[in-house]
Amino acid sequence: MKLVVNGEQIDYGDSLTVSELLVEQKVKMPDMVSVELNGQILRRTEFEQTALKNDDKVEFLYFMGGGRGSE
Amino acid sequence: MDLNEQQIERYSRQIILEEVGGAGQKKLLSSKVLIVGAGGLGAPAALYLAAGGIGEIGFVDYDKVDLTNLQRQIIHHTSDIGTEKVDSAKAKIQAINPDVTVQTYQARVTAENISEIIRKYDFVIDGTDNFSSKFLINDACYFEKKAFSHAGILRFDGQLITVLPGETTCYRCIFHSPPPAGVVPSCSEAGVLGVLAGVIGLLQATEAIKFLLGIGELLTNALLVYNALETSFHRVKLNRNPNCPLCGENPQITELKDEEQVVCNFKDSK
Repeated sequence: MKLVVNGEQIDYGDSLTVSELLVEQKVKMPDMVSVELNGQILRRTEFEQTALKNDDKVEFLYFMGGGRGSE
Repeated sequence: MDLNEQQIERYSRQIILEEVGGAGQKKLLSSKVLIVGAGGLGAPAALYLAAGGIGEIGFVDYDKVDLTNLQRQIIHHTSDIGTEKVDSAKAKIQAINPDVTVQTYQARVTAENISEIIRKYDFVIDGTDNFSSKFLINDACYFEKKAFSHAGILRFDGQLITVLPGETTCYRCIFHSPPPAGVVPSCSEAGVLGVLAGVIGLLQATEAIKFLLGIGELLTNALLVYNALETSFHRVKLNRNPNCPLCGENPQITELKDEEQVVCNFKDSK
């Protein structure tokens, strides 16, 4: 199965869910990430049951504050 | 208002641009931009906006200049340590360009004061460093229908988006609500390469100028993500989110409210 993750094409043998992709991609803090699937932002509660399909485009969007981290 | 000879000379390099011209320069001189946070992002944005002849610049900040600021907050100098950031910023702007009027608000933006502060401005630049302020600016600009530029920087990364409230993707369309306090990287783990503030702050200033002049294409419905180590810009196209709690189909946020301050979790910083 081919996915495009943050603009890069990645091959995965098995099908996987958004939650599993977060683990595969070694996203350390999933709570700090918003996920866009094919142009739509997913609800956090949808990560677990959303299965990815061939040619899906996934973007991980990270919370970013300022240089101080956060106040 | 006509441009005087000094002004024609001062702004000649941009008046020469077909897309700006004398009419555009006059527009800039009668424009008002508010910069929330006279820090890393706000500093370069303010310096260039002032040099380019934005008529009025407002600064909101409650903080004093500290030694750790100087690595990236280039509007403040060593001799400014201990002075109010808004006063330090105002002095530099006036030294660069006496055409610019500077308004200062020595305060932290809150649900109580923000609407009144942003009301008279044409464009707002979010140069804050904390999530509660970022969500508050997004919400206030939505209710006041103010165009604004959101940005964030961290380590070697930076990102920004321009929002035309009610028309284009907003910050809450992407990030529903602030992250839970426990998961925010602790202050000691965070950090940022100083130039990041310059790169991203100037992209914000560019968006402000484009908006004020009505030229080019704004960075709307797309988050531009910059990575300094890879020297890469990644543009993530975004659609408005029907589930957005602010501008979606069934909004849950119908009035301004302060989000809880997300504080550093020093206990976890190892």
